[in-house]
Amino acid sequence: MSEANAITAIAYRDLLKLLRDPARLVTTFIFPFLFIAVLGGSMQAALGDAVGFNLLTATFTGVLAQTLFQSTAIGVISLIEDRESDFSQEIFVSPISRYSIIFGKILGETLVALPQGVAILVFGLVVGVPLTFEDVLVMLPVAVIICFFGGAFGVIILANLRSQRAANQIFPFVMLPQLFIAGVFAPAVNLPPALEVLSHIAPLRYAVDLLRGVYYQGSAEYSRVVMDPPLFNLGVMGALFAGFLAVGTWLFVRGERNR
Amino acid sequence: MPPIIEVENLVKRYRKADSNAVDGISFSVEPGKLFTLLGPNGAGKTTTISILTTTLAPTSGRVLIAGHDLASDQSAVRKSVGIIFQKPSLDMNLTAEENVRFHAIMYGLYPFRPFYAFMPRAYKEQVRELAEILGIEGEIFKAVKTFSGGMKRKLEIIRSLIHRPTVLFLDEPSLGLDPASRRGLWEYLRRVRRESGTTLFLTTHYLEEAEEADTICVINRGKIVSYGTPEQIKSDLIDEYLLLDAEDRESLRTELQRLEVPFTETPQFKVPLNGVRPQMIIKSIDTTLSVLQVHMPTLEDAYLAIVDRQQAGEAGEAGEAGEA
Repeated sequence: MSEANAITAIAYRDLLKLLRDPARLVTTFIFPFLFIAVLGGSMQAALGDAVGFNLLTATFTGVLAQTLFQSTAIGVISLIEDRESDFSQEIFVSPISRYSIIFGKILGETLVALPQGVAILVFGLVVGVPLTFEDVLVMLPVAVIICFFGGAFGVIILANLRSQRAANQIFPFVMLPQLFIAGVFAPAVNLPPALEVLSHIAPLRYAVDLLRGVYYQGSAEYSRVVMDPPLFNLGVMGALFAGFLAVGTWLFVRGERNR
Repeated sequence: MPPIIEVENLVKRYRKADSNAVDGISFSVEPGKLFTLLGPNGAGKTTTISILTTTLAPTSGRVLIAGHDLASDQSAVRKSVGIIFQKPSLDMNLTAEENVRFHAIMYGLYPFRPFYAFMPRAYKEQVRELAEILGIEGEIFKAVKTFSGGMKRKLEIIRSLIHRPTVLFLDEPSLGLDPASRRGLWEYLRRVRRESGTTLFLTTHYLEEAEEADTICVINRGKIVSYGTPEQIKSDLIDEYLLLDAEDRESLRTELQRLEVPFTETPQFKVPLNGVRPQMIIKSIDTTLSVLQVHMPTLEDAYLAIVDRQQAGEAGEAGEAGEA
Protein backbone atom coordinates (compact mmCIF):
# COMPACT_ATOMS: atom_id res chain seq x y z
CA MET A 1 0.00 0.00 0.00
CA SER A 2 2.76 2.42 0.91
CA GLU A 3 4.46 1.51 -2.39
CA ALA A 4 1.32 2.57 -4.29
CA ASN A 5 1.23 5.82 -2.31
CA ALA A 6 4.87 6.48 -3.10
CA ILE A 7 4.35 5.76 -6.82
CA THR A 8 1.43 8.19 -6.87
CA ALA A 9 3.46 10.83 -5.03
CA ILE A 10 6.34 10.56 -7.51
CA ALA A 11 3.93 10.80 -10.46
CA TYR A 12 2.03 13.69 -8.86
CA ARG A 13 5.27 15.62 -8.49
CA ASP A 14 5.75 15.55 -12.27
CA LEU A 15 2.17 16.65 -12.83
CA LEU A 16 2.60 19.58 -10.41
CA LYS A 17 5.76 20.58 -12.22
CA LEU A 18 3.78 20.67 -15.48
CA LEU A 19 0.92 22.67 -13.96
CA ARG A 20 3.30 25.21 -12.39
CA ASP A 21 5.39 25.70 -15.52
CA PRO A 22 3.22 24.85 -18.55
CA ALA A 23 5.22 27.23 -20.74
CA ARG A 24 8.08 24.73 -20.95
CA LEU A 25 5.85 22.47 -23.06
CA VAL A 26 5.24 25.09 -25.73
CA THR A 27 8.58 24.39 -27.43
CA THR A 28 7.79 20.68 -27.57
CA PHE A 29 4.84 21.44 -29.87
CA ILE A 30 6.93 23.09 -32.55
CA PHE A 31 8.31 19.96 -34.18
CA PRO A 32 5.11 17.89 -34.18
CA PHE A 33 3.22 20.84 -35.67
CA LEU A 34 5.87 21.36 -38.37
CA PHE A 35 5.99 17.64 -39.15
CA ILE A 36 2.24 17.35 -39.52
CA ALA A 37 1.44 20.63 -41.27
CA VAL A 38 4.50 21.15 -43.44
CA LEU A 39 5.83 17.66 -44.05
CA GLY A 40 2.53 15.78 -44.00
CA GLY A 41 0.70 18.53 -45.85
CA SER A 42 3.26 18.94 -48.63
CA MET A 43 3.75 15.18 -49.09
CA GLN A 44 0.00 14.80 -49.43
CA ALA A 45 -0.20 17.63 -51.95
CA ALA A 46 2.64 16.23 -54.06
CA LEU A 47 2.18 12.46 -53.79
CA GLY A 48 -1.18 11.88 -52.15
CA ASP A 49 -2.95 10.58 -55.22
CA ALA A 50 -0.12 8.20 -56.13
CA VAL A 51 0.23 6.29 -52.84
CA GLY A 52 -3.42 5.50 -52.39
CA PHE A 53 -3.80 6.83 -48.85
CA ASN A 54 -3.82 10.25 -47.20
CA LEU A 55 -0.24 11.18 -46.26
CA LEU A 56 -1.33 14.01 -43.97
CA THR A 57 -3.34 11.56 -41.89
CA ALA A 58 -0.55 8.98 -41.88
CA THR A 59 1.97 11.60 -40.77
CA PHE A 60 -0.45 12.85 -38.13
CA THR A 61 -0.93 9.42 -36.54
CA GLY A 62 2.81 8.71 -36.74
CA VAL A 63 3.82 12.00 -35.17
CA LEU A 64 1.21 11.62 -32.43
CA ALA A 65 2.67 8.24 -31.43
CA GLN A 66 6.23 9.50 -31.75
CA THR A 67 5.57 12.57 -29.58
CA LEU A 68 4.02 10.51 -26.78
CA PHE A 69 6.87 7.98 -26.95
CA GLN A 70 9.62 10.58 -27.04
CA SER A 71 8.18 12.88 -24.39
CA THR A 72 7.93 10.07 -21.83
CA ALA A 73 11.36 8.72 -22.72
CA ILE A 74 13.01 12.13 -22.29
CA GLY A 75 11.07 12.69 -19.08
CA VAL A 76 12.32 9.45 -17.57
CA ILE A 77 15.87 10.25 -18.63
CA SER A 78 15.50 13.48 -16.61
CA LEU A 79 16.08 11.30 -13.53
CA ILE A 80 19.74 11.96 -14.37
CA GLU A 81 19.14 15.67 -14.18
CA ASP A 82 17.43 15.16 -10.84
CA ARG A 83 20.45 13.23 -9.67
CA GLU A 84 22.67 16.13 -10.65
CA SER A 85 20.46 18.73 -9.02
CA ASP A 86 20.35 16.26 -6.15
CA PHE A 87 16.64 15.85 -5.67
CA SER A 88 16.83 12.22 -6.74
CA GLN A 89 19.12 11.57 -3.76
CA GLU A 90 16.07 12.29 -1.63
CA ILE A 91 14.06 9.77 -3.66
CA PHE A 92 16.75 7.11 -3.71
CA VAL A 93 17.40 7.09 0.06
CA SER A 94 13.71 6.52 0.77
CA PRO A 95 12.78 2.98 1.82
CA ILE A 96 10.64 2.15 -1.22
CA SER A 97 11.45 -0.33 -3.98
CA ARG A 98 13.65 0.92 -6.82
CA TYR A 99 11.09 -0.48 -9.28
CA SER A 100 8.40 1.67 -7.66
CA ILE A 101 10.57 4.74 -8.11
CA ILE A 102 11.09 4.04 -11.81
CA PHE A 103 7.46 3.13 -12.35
CA GLY A 104 6.28 6.27 -10.55
CA LYS A 105 8.51 8.32 -12.82
CA ILE A 106 7.07 6.64 -15.95
CA LEU A 107 3.55 7.27 -14.69
CA GLY A 108 4.36 10.93 -13.99
CA GLU A 109 5.90 11.48 -17.40
CA THR A 110 2.85 9.82 -18.97
CA LEU A 111 0.70 12.47 -17.29
CA VAL A 112 2.98 15.10 -18.81
CA ALA A 113 2.92 13.53 -22.30
CA LEU A 114 -0.85 13.04 -22.57
CA PRO A 115 -1.74 16.78 -22.62
CA GLN A 116 0.76 17.12 -25.47
CA GLY A 117 -1.13 14.36 -27.27
CA VAL A 118 -4.36 16.28 -26.77
CA ALA A 119 -2.77 19.41 -28.25
CA ILE A 120 -1.70 17.42 -31.31
CA LEU A 121 -5.20 15.95 -31.67
CA VAL A 122 -6.64 19.46 -31.66
CA PHE A 123 -4.06 20.58 -34.17
CA GLY A 124 -4.95 17.57 -36.34
CA LEU A 125 -8.59 18.66 -36.37
CA VAL A 126 -7.55 22.18 -37.34
CA VAL A 127 -5.51 21.03 -40.36
CA GLY A 128 -8.30 18.74 -41.48
CA VAL A 129 -7.41 15.25 -40.29
CA PRO A 130 -10.62 13.20 -40.18
CA LEU A 131 -11.18 12.46 -36.48
CA THR A 132 -14.40 11.20 -34.97
CA PHE A 133 -15.18 11.06 -31.27
CA GLU A 134 -14.93 7.29 -31.58
CA ASP A 135 -11.43 7.55 -33.05
CA VAL A 136 -10.32 9.62 -30.06
CA LEU A 137 -11.91 7.16 -27.66
CA VAL A 138 -10.03 4.13 -29.06
CA MET A 139 -6.79 6.05 -29.39
CA LEU A 140 -6.74 7.14 -25.75
CA PRO A 141 -5.84 3.78 -24.16
CA VAL A 142 -3.31 3.20 -26.94
CA ALA A 143 -1.79 6.60 -26.14
CA VAL A 144 -1.32 5.55 -22.51
CA ILE A 145 0.27 2.27 -23.61
CA ILE A 146 2.67 4.14 -25.91
CA CYS A 147 3.66 6.48 -23.06
CA PHE A 148 4.45 3.53 -20.76
CA PHE A 149 6.42 1.93 -23.56
CA GLY A 150 8.38 5.14 -24.23
CA GLY A 151 9.06 5.43 -20.50
CA ALA A 152 10.50 1.92 -20.39
CA PHE A 153 12.64 2.80 -23.41
CA GLY A 154 13.85 5.83 -21.43
CA VAL A 155 14.83 3.56 -18.54
CA ILE A 156 17.05 1.36 -20.69
CA ILE A 157 18.77 4.49 -22.12
CA LEU A 158 19.07 6.01 -18.65
CA ALA A 159 20.65 2.83 -17.32
CA ASN A 160 23.57 3.27 -19.68
CA LEU A 161 24.20 6.97 -19.15
CA ARG A 162 26.15 8.70 -16.42
CA SER A 163 25.33 12.38 -16.94
CA GLN A 164 22.82 14.78 -18.42
CA ARG A 165 25.49 15.86 -20.89
CA ALA A 166 25.86 12.29 -22.12
CA ALA A 167 22.07 12.06 -22.36
CA ASN A 168 21.88 15.20 -24.49
CA GLN A 169 24.53 13.80 -26.81
CA ILE A 170 23.22 10.23 -27.06
CA PHE A 171 19.49 10.76 -27.24
CA PRO A 172 19.34 12.25 -30.78
CA PHE A 173 21.31 9.24 -32.01
CA VAL A 174 18.81 6.74 -30.64
CA MET A 175 15.76 8.85 -31.50
CA LEU A 176 16.28 10.55 -34.87
CA PRO A 177 16.97 7.41 -36.97
CA GLN A 178 13.85 5.85 -35.51
CA LEU A 179 11.75 8.69 -36.94
CA PHE A 180 12.55 7.36 -40.40
CA ILE A 181 13.02 3.60 -40.04
CA ALA A 182 9.98 3.27 -37.75
CA GLY A 183 7.79 4.84 -40.39
CA VAL A 184 6.61 7.92 -38.51
CA PHE A 185 5.94 10.01 -41.63
CA ALA A 186 4.89 7.21 -43.93
CA PRO A 187 4.69 3.44 -43.36
CA ALA A 188 8.08 1.71 -43.47
CA VAL A 189 7.26 -0.64 -46.31
CA ASN A 190 9.33 -1.83 -49.30
CA LEU A 191 12.59 -1.15 -47.42
CA PRO A 192 15.90 -2.77 -48.47
CA PRO A 193 16.59 -5.87 -46.28
CA ALA A 194 19.16 -4.14 -44.04
CA LEU A 195 16.79 -1.27 -43.25
CA GLU A 196 13.96 -3.76 -42.85
CA VAL A 197 15.93 -5.42 -40.05
CA LEU A 198 16.72 -2.05 -38.46
CA SER A 199 13.08 -1.06 -38.71
CA HIS A 200 12.10 -4.13 -36.73
CA ILE A 201 14.70 -3.32 -34.07
CA ALA A 202 13.37 0.23 -33.62
CA PRO A 203 10.93 0.14 -30.68
CA LEU A 204 9.10 3.20 -32.00
CA ARG A 205 7.95 1.16 -35.03
CA TYR A 206 5.58 -0.90 -32.89
CA ALA A 207 4.14 2.16 -31.13
CA VAL A 208 3.44 3.98 -34.39
CA ASP A 209 2.00 0.91 -36.06
CA LEU A 210 -0.21 0.09 -33.06
CA LEU A 211 -1.75 3.56 -33.07
CA ARG A 212 -2.35 3.39 -36.82
CA GLY A 213 -3.76 -0.10 -36.39
CA VAL A 214 -6.57 1.13 -34.17
CA TYR A 215 -7.09 4.43 -36.00
CA TYR A 216 -7.38 2.82 -39.45
CA GLN A 217 -9.35 -0.19 -38.16
CA GLY A 218 -12.10 -0.97 -40.64
CA SER A 219 -11.05 1.66 -43.18
CA ALA A 220 -10.15 1.02 -46.83
CA GLU A 221 -6.66 2.41 -46.29
CA TYR A 222 -5.84 -0.06 -43.47
CA SER A 223 -3.91 -2.57 -45.61
CA ARG A 224 -1.84 0.18 -47.24
CA VAL A 225 -0.86 2.01 -44.02
CA VAL A 226 -0.73 -0.58 -41.25
CA MET A 227 2.25 -2.95 -41.29
CA ASP A 228 1.40 -5.54 -38.62
CA PRO A 229 -1.79 -6.51 -36.75
CA PRO A 230 -2.35 -4.48 -33.54
CA LEU A 231 -2.22 -7.60 -31.36
CA PHE A 232 1.22 -8.45 -32.72
CA ASN A 233 2.48 -4.92 -32.02
CA LEU A 234 0.93 -5.02 -28.56
CA GLY A 235 2.66 -8.32 -27.83
CA VAL A 236 6.07 -7.03 -28.91
CA MET A 237 5.59 -3.85 -26.89
CA GLY A 238 4.56 -5.79 -23.80
CA ALA A 239 7.62 -8.02 -24.00
CA LEU A 240 9.97 -5.08 -24.63
CA PHE A 241 8.34 -3.06 -21.82
CA ALA A 242 8.93 -5.82 -19.27
CA GLY A 243 12.47 -6.40 -20.50
CA PHE A 244 13.45 -2.71 -20.61
CA LEU A 245 11.99 -2.04 -17.20
CA ALA A 246 13.54 -5.04 -15.45
CA VAL A 247 16.97 -4.86 -17.04
CA GLY A 248 17.06 -1.05 -17.11
CA THR A 249 16.17 -0.61 -13.44
CA TRP A 250 18.63 -3.29 -12.42
CA LEU A 251 21.42 -1.69 -14.45
CA PHE A 252 20.54 1.80 -13.25
CA VAL A 253 20.56 0.90 -9.55
CA ARG A 254 23.73 -1.14 -9.93
CA GLY A 255 25.41 1.74 -11.76
CA GLU A 256 24.33 4.19 -9.07
CA ARG A 257 25.64 2.15 -6.17
CA ASN A 258 28.75 0.63 -7.74
CA ARG A 259 30.52 3.80 -8.68
CA MET B 1 23.54 -0.09 25.37
CA PRO B 2 24.85 -1.56 22.09
CA PRO B 3 26.23 0.94 19.57
CA ILE B 4 23.73 2.40 17.10
CA ILE B 5 26.33 2.49 14.32
CA GLU B 6 29.05 -0.11 13.95
CA VAL B 7 31.56 0.11 11.13
CA GLU B 8 34.18 -2.60 10.69
CA ASN B 9 37.04 -2.40 8.25
CA LEU B 10 35.12 -0.35 5.69
CA VAL B 11 36.83 -0.03 2.31
CA LYS B 12 35.67 1.81 -0.80
CA ARG B 13 37.59 1.96 -4.01
CA TYR B 14 35.84 3.81 -6.84
CA ARG B 15 35.89 2.23 -10.24
CA LYS B 16 38.97 3.19 -12.24
CA ALA B 17 40.58 4.67 -9.11
CA ASP B 18 44.03 3.43 -8.17
CA SER B 19 43.70 4.03 -4.44
CA ASN B 20 41.02 3.54 -1.80
CA ALA B 21 38.78 6.54 -1.06
CA VAL B 22 37.96 4.91 2.29
CA ASP B 23 40.75 2.66 3.45
CA GLY B 24 39.78 0.19 6.15
CA ILE B 25 38.14 2.38 8.78
CA SER B 26 36.39 1.04 11.89
CA PHE B 27 34.43 2.93 14.53
CA SER B 28 31.22 2.77 16.53
CA VAL B 29 28.72 5.36 17.71
CA GLU B 30 26.71 5.19 20.93
CA PRO B 31 22.97 6.02 20.79
CA GLY B 32 22.08 9.67 21.30
CA LYS B 33 25.61 10.94 20.81
CA LEU B 34 26.97 13.56 18.45
CA PHE B 35 29.62 11.90 16.32
CA THR B 36 31.76 13.98 14.01
CA LEU B 37 33.80 12.85 11.05
CA LEU B 38 36.39 15.57 10.64
CA GLY B 39 38.75 15.85 7.73
CA PRO B 40 39.92 18.03 4.86
CA ASN B 41 38.24 17.97 1.44
CA GLY B 42 38.77 14.63 -0.25
CA ALA B 43 39.43 12.77 3.02
CA GLY B 44 36.59 10.31 2.38
CA LYS B 45 33.84 11.88 4.49
CA THR B 46 31.09 12.01 1.87
CA THR B 47 32.05 8.55 0.60
CA THR B 48 31.62 7.17 4.12
CA ILE B 49 28.28 8.88 4.65
CA SER B 50 27.02 7.72 1.23
CA ILE B 51 27.84 4.12 2.12
CA LEU B 52 26.24 4.40 5.56
CA THR B 53 23.06 5.78 3.96
CA THR B 54 22.89 3.04 1.26
CA THR B 55 23.41 5.21 -1.83
CA LEU B 56 26.88 3.79 -2.46
CA ALA B 57 27.99 0.16 -2.26
CA PRO B 58 31.12 -0.51 -0.20
CA THR B 59 34.01 -2.48 -1.69
CA SER B 60 34.34 -4.47 1.53
CA GLY B 61 33.67 -4.22 5.25
CA ARG B 62 30.70 -4.58 7.54
CA VAL B 63 28.22 -1.90 8.64
CA LEU B 64 25.41 -2.23 11.18
CA ILE B 65 22.96 0.63 11.65
CA ALA B 66 20.33 0.41 14.39
CA GLY B 67 20.96 -3.33 14.37
CA HIS B 68 20.36 -3.72 10.63
CA ASP B 69 23.07 -5.08 8.37
CA LEU B 70 23.71 -2.72 5.48
CA ALA B 71 24.53 -5.58 3.13
CA SER B 72 21.31 -7.54 3.64
CA ASP B 73 18.67 -5.12 4.88
CA GLN B 74 18.95 -1.80 3.06
CA SER B 75 15.29 -1.00 3.34
CA ALA B 76 15.37 -1.25 7.16
CA VAL B 77 18.49 0.91 7.26
CA ARG B 78 16.78 3.53 5.07
CA LYS B 79 13.81 3.61 7.42
CA SER B 80 16.08 4.15 10.43
CA VAL B 81 18.10 7.04 9.09
CA GLY B 82 17.56 10.60 7.94
CA ILE B 83 20.00 12.44 5.72
CA ILE B 84 20.92 16.03 5.04
CA PHE B 85 22.94 15.99 1.86
CA GLN B 86 25.84 18.25 1.15
CA LYS B 87 23.95 19.95 -1.68
CA PRO B 88 20.34 20.97 -1.04
CA SER B 89 18.01 18.23 -2.21
CA LEU B 90 14.69 20.07 -2.14
CA ASP B 91 12.37 20.24 -5.14
CA MET B 92 12.35 23.91 -6.07
CA ASN B 93 9.08 23.57 -7.99
CA LEU B 94 7.23 22.59 -4.83
CA THR B 95 6.25 24.51 -1.73
CA ALA B 96 7.92 23.81 1.60
CA GLU B 97 4.90 21.84 2.78
CA GLU B 98 4.78 19.82 -0.46
CA ASN B 99 8.42 18.87 -0.01
CA VAL B 100 7.67 17.67 3.51
CA ARG B 101 4.51 15.87 2.35
CA PHE B 102 6.37 14.10 -0.45
CA HIS B 103 8.89 12.83 2.08
CA ALA B 104 6.21 11.70 4.53
CA ILE B 105 4.45 9.69 1.83
CA MET B 106 7.69 8.17 0.51
CA TYR B 107 8.40 6.90 4.02
CA GLY B 108 4.94 5.39 4.28
CA LEU B 109 3.80 7.63 7.13
CA TYR B 110 0.62 8.85 5.47
CA PRO B 111 -1.45 7.90 2.42
CA PHE B 112 -1.12 10.04 -0.71
CA ARG B 113 -3.42 13.05 -0.92
CA PRO B 114 -3.12 15.65 -3.68
CA PHE B 115 -3.84 18.60 -1.38
CA TYR B 116 -2.78 19.62 2.11
CA ALA B 117 -6.43 20.05 3.09
CA PHE B 118 -7.08 16.34 2.52
CA MET B 119 -4.16 15.17 4.66
CA PRO B 120 -4.85 13.54 8.05
CA ARG B 121 -4.97 15.76 11.12
CA ALA B 122 -1.86 14.15 12.63
CA TYR B 123 0.17 15.24 9.62
CA LYS B 124 -1.15 18.79 9.76
CA GLU B 125 -0.26 19.04 13.41
CA GLN B 126 3.24 17.73 12.79
CA VAL B 127 3.80 20.26 10.02
CA ARG B 128 2.40 23.12 12.08
CA GLU B 129 4.64 22.23 15.02
CA LEU B 130 7.75 21.98 12.89
CA ALA B 131 6.96 25.23 11.09
CA GLU B 132 6.57 26.91 14.47
CA ILE B 133 9.93 25.66 15.69
CA LEU B 134 11.51 27.10 12.56
CA GLY B 135 9.51 30.28 12.71
CA ILE B 136 8.25 29.80 9.16
CA GLU B 137 4.52 29.39 9.80
CA GLY B 138 3.94 32.17 7.29
CA GLU B 139 6.14 30.62 4.60
CA ILE B 140 5.32 26.93 4.83
CA PHE B 141 2.97 27.15 1.83
CA LYS B 142 5.37 29.21 -0.25
CA ALA B 143 7.60 27.90 -3.03
CA VAL B 144 10.98 26.70 -1.79
CA LYS B 145 12.77 28.72 -4.47
CA THR B 146 11.91 31.89 -2.52
CA PHE B 147 13.73 30.54 0.60
CA SER B 148 17.16 31.69 1.77
CA GLY B 149 20.01 29.18 2.11
CA GLY B 150 19.52 28.95 5.88
CA MET B 151 15.78 28.39 5.54
CA LYS B 152 16.34 25.64 2.99
CA ARG B 153 18.76 23.88 5.30
CA LYS B 154 16.31 24.06 8.18
CA LEU B 155 13.52 22.79 5.96
CA GLU B 156 15.70 19.84 4.97
CA ILE B 157 16.29 19.06 8.62
CA ILE B 158 12.58 19.24 9.36
CA ARG B 159 11.87 16.98 6.44
CA SER B 160 14.50 14.46 7.45
CA LEU B 161 13.11 14.30 10.98
CA ILE B 162 9.48 13.76 10.05
CA HIS B 163 9.86 9.98 9.93
CA ARG B 164 11.62 10.10 13.32
CA PRO B 165 14.94 8.54 12.31
CA THR B 166 17.16 6.96 14.96
CA VAL B 167 20.23 8.43 13.29
CA LEU B 168 20.42 11.73 11.45
CA PHE B 169 23.33 12.04 9.02
CA LEU B 170 24.46 15.54 8.13
CA ASP B 171 27.02 15.98 5.38
CA GLU B 172 28.66 19.37 5.92
CA PRO B 173 25.37 20.98 6.93
CA SER B 174 26.70 24.51 7.30
CA LEU B 175 28.24 24.60 3.83
CA GLY B 176 27.29 27.89 2.20
CA LEU B 177 25.52 29.32 5.24
CA ASP B 178 26.28 32.74 6.71
CA PRO B 179 27.37 32.87 10.38
CA ALA B 180 23.90 33.79 11.66
CA SER B 181 22.21 30.92 9.80
CA ARG B 182 24.94 28.60 11.00
CA ARG B 183 24.33 29.53 14.61
CA GLY B 184 20.57 29.14 14.14
CA LEU B 185 21.09 25.71 12.62
CA TRP B 186 23.21 24.59 15.54
CA GLU B 187 20.72 25.81 18.09
CA TYR B 188 18.08 23.80 16.30
CA LEU B 189 20.25 20.68 16.11
CA ARG B 190 20.98 20.87 19.86
CA ARG B 191 17.27 21.11 20.47
CA VAL B 192 16.59 18.07 18.28
CA ARG B 193 19.15 16.06 20.22
CA ARG B 194 17.83 17.18 23.58
CA GLU B 195 14.18 16.55 22.75
CA SER B 196 14.26 13.40 20.64
CA GLY B 197 17.55 11.76 21.61
CA THR B 198 18.42 11.39 17.93
CA THR B 199 21.95 10.26 17.23
CA LEU B 200 23.71 12.82 15.06
CA PHE B 201 26.41 11.80 12.61
CA LEU B 202 28.09 14.84 11.17
CA THR B 203 30.83 15.46 8.69
CA THR B 204 32.60 18.77 8.63
CA HIS B 205 35.86 20.43 7.89
CA TYR B 206 35.09 23.19 10.38
CA LEU B 207 36.90 22.53 13.58
CA GLU B 208 34.65 24.63 15.80
CA GLU B 209 31.71 22.44 14.80
CA ALA B 210 33.65 19.31 15.68
CA GLU B 211 34.46 20.62 19.15
CA GLU B 212 30.79 20.19 20.11
CA ALA B 213 30.96 16.47 19.45
CA ASP B 214 31.00 13.64 21.97
CA THR B 215 33.37 11.80 19.69
CA ILE B 216 35.53 13.09 16.89
CA CYS B 217 36.96 10.82 14.24
CA VAL B 218 39.62 12.59 12.21
CA ILE B 219 40.11 11.02 8.81
CA ASN B 220 42.59 11.83 6.14
CA ARG B 221 43.10 10.05 2.80
CA GLY B 222 40.55 7.44 3.80
CA LYS B 223 42.28 6.47 7.05
CA ILE B 224 41.55 7.32 10.66
CA VAL B 225 44.21 9.67 11.94
CA SER B 226 42.80 10.30 15.40
CA TYR B 227 39.76 9.17 17.35
CA GLY B 228 38.25 10.13 20.69
CA THR B 229 36.67 12.96 22.68
CA PRO B 230 37.70 16.48 21.67
CA GLU B 231 40.05 16.50 24.71
CA GLN B 232 41.62 13.20 23.73
CA ILE B 233 42.03 14.39 20.17
CA LYS B 234 43.74 17.50 21.43
CA SER B 235 46.22 15.61 23.56
CA ASP B 236 46.71 13.14 20.74
CA LEU B 237 47.28 15.63 17.98
CA ILE B 238 48.80 18.48 19.86
CA ASP B 239 52.46 18.41 20.62
CA GLU B 240 53.13 20.88 23.47
CA TYR B 241 56.74 21.59 24.34
CA LEU B 242 59.31 24.14 25.44
CA LEU B 243 62.23 24.98 23.21
CA LEU B 244 65.26 26.13 25.20
CA ASP B 245 68.87 26.91 24.45
CA ALA B 246 71.77 28.59 26.24
CA GLU B 247 75.32 29.73 25.58
CA ASP B 248 76.33 27.39 28.38
CA ARG B 249 74.66 24.17 27.19
CA GLU B 250 76.42 22.03 29.78
CA SER B 251 74.88 24.03 32.62
CA LEU B 252 71.38 23.89 31.08
CA ARG B 253 71.66 20.14 30.52
CA THR B 254 72.70 19.60 34.15
CA GLU B 255 69.84 21.71 35.41
CA LEU B 256 67.26 19.86 33.30
CA GLN B 257 68.62 16.49 34.45
CA ARG B 258 68.44 17.69 38.06
CA LEU B 259 64.78 18.73 37.52
CA GLU B 260 64.11 15.21 36.18
CA VAL B 261 62.22 16.46 33.13
CA PRO B 262 62.59 14.47 29.91
CA PHE B 263 64.13 16.35 27.00
CA THR B 264 65.79 15.87 23.66
CA GLU B 265 68.60 17.87 22.09
CA THR B 266 67.78 18.80 18.53
CA PRO B 267 70.39 20.46 19.10
CA GLN B 268 68.20 22.94 20.98
CA PHE B 269 66.61 21.49 24.09
CA LYS B 270 63.06 20.29 23.42
CA VAL B 271 61.14 19.70 26.66
CA PRO B 272 57.71 18.03 26.25
CA LEU B 273 55.20 19.61 28.59
CA ASN B 274 52.81 16.68 29.16
CA GLY B 275 50.40 18.89 31.03
CA VAL B 276 53.06 20.66 33.10
CA ARG B 277 52.78 24.44 32.98
CA PRO B 278 55.80 26.03 31.21
CA GLN B 279 56.30 28.40 34.11
CA MET B 280 56.99 25.52 36.52
CA ILE B 281 60.00 24.54 34.45
CA ILE B 282 61.30 27.98 33.59
CA LYS B 283 61.32 29.31 37.14
CA SER B 284 63.60 26.43 38.19
CA ILE B 285 66.25 27.25 35.62
CA ASP B 286 69.05 29.65 36.50
CA THR B 287 71.20 29.27 33.37
CA THR B 288 70.95 32.30 31.11
CA LEU B 289 68.78 31.28 28.19
CA SER B 290 69.47 32.33 24.63
CA VAL B 291 66.28 30.70 23.31
CA LEU B 292 62.93 30.37 25.03
CA GLN B 293 59.92 29.31 23.00
CA VAL B 294 56.65 27.96 24.30
CA HIS B 295 54.97 25.73 21.74
CA MET B 296 51.28 25.33 22.63
CA PRO B 297 49.26 25.01 19.41
CA THR B 298 45.49 25.16 19.33
CA LEU B 299 43.43 22.25 18.03
CA GLU B 300 43.10 24.25 14.83
CA ASP B 301 46.88 24.38 14.41
CA ALA B 302 47.09 20.65 14.97
CA TYR B 303 44.32 20.00 12.47
CA LEU B 304 45.92 22.26 9.89
CA ALA B 305 49.16 20.38 10.36
CA ILE B 306 47.37 17.20 9.25
CA VAL B 307 45.98 18.95 6.20
CA ASP B 308 49.44 20.33 5.40
CA ARG B 309 50.92 16.87 5.70
CA GLN B 310 48.34 15.64 3.21
CA GLN B 311 49.08 18.42 0.76
CA ALA B 312 52.81 17.85 1.11
CA GLY B 313 52.17 14.16 0.41
CA GLU B 314 50.16 14.99 -2.70
CA ALA B 315 52.85 17.33 -3.97
CA GLY B 316 55.41 14.56 -3.39
CA GLU B 317 53.34 12.07 -5.36
CA ALA B 318 52.79 14.54 -8.18
CA GLY B 319 56.55 15.07 -8.32
CA GLU B 320 57.18 11.35 -8.52
CA ALA B 321 54.57 10.97 -11.25
CA GLY B 322 56.21 13.78 -13.15
CA GLU B 323 59.56 12.07 -13.01
CA ALA B 324 58.18 8.71 -14.08
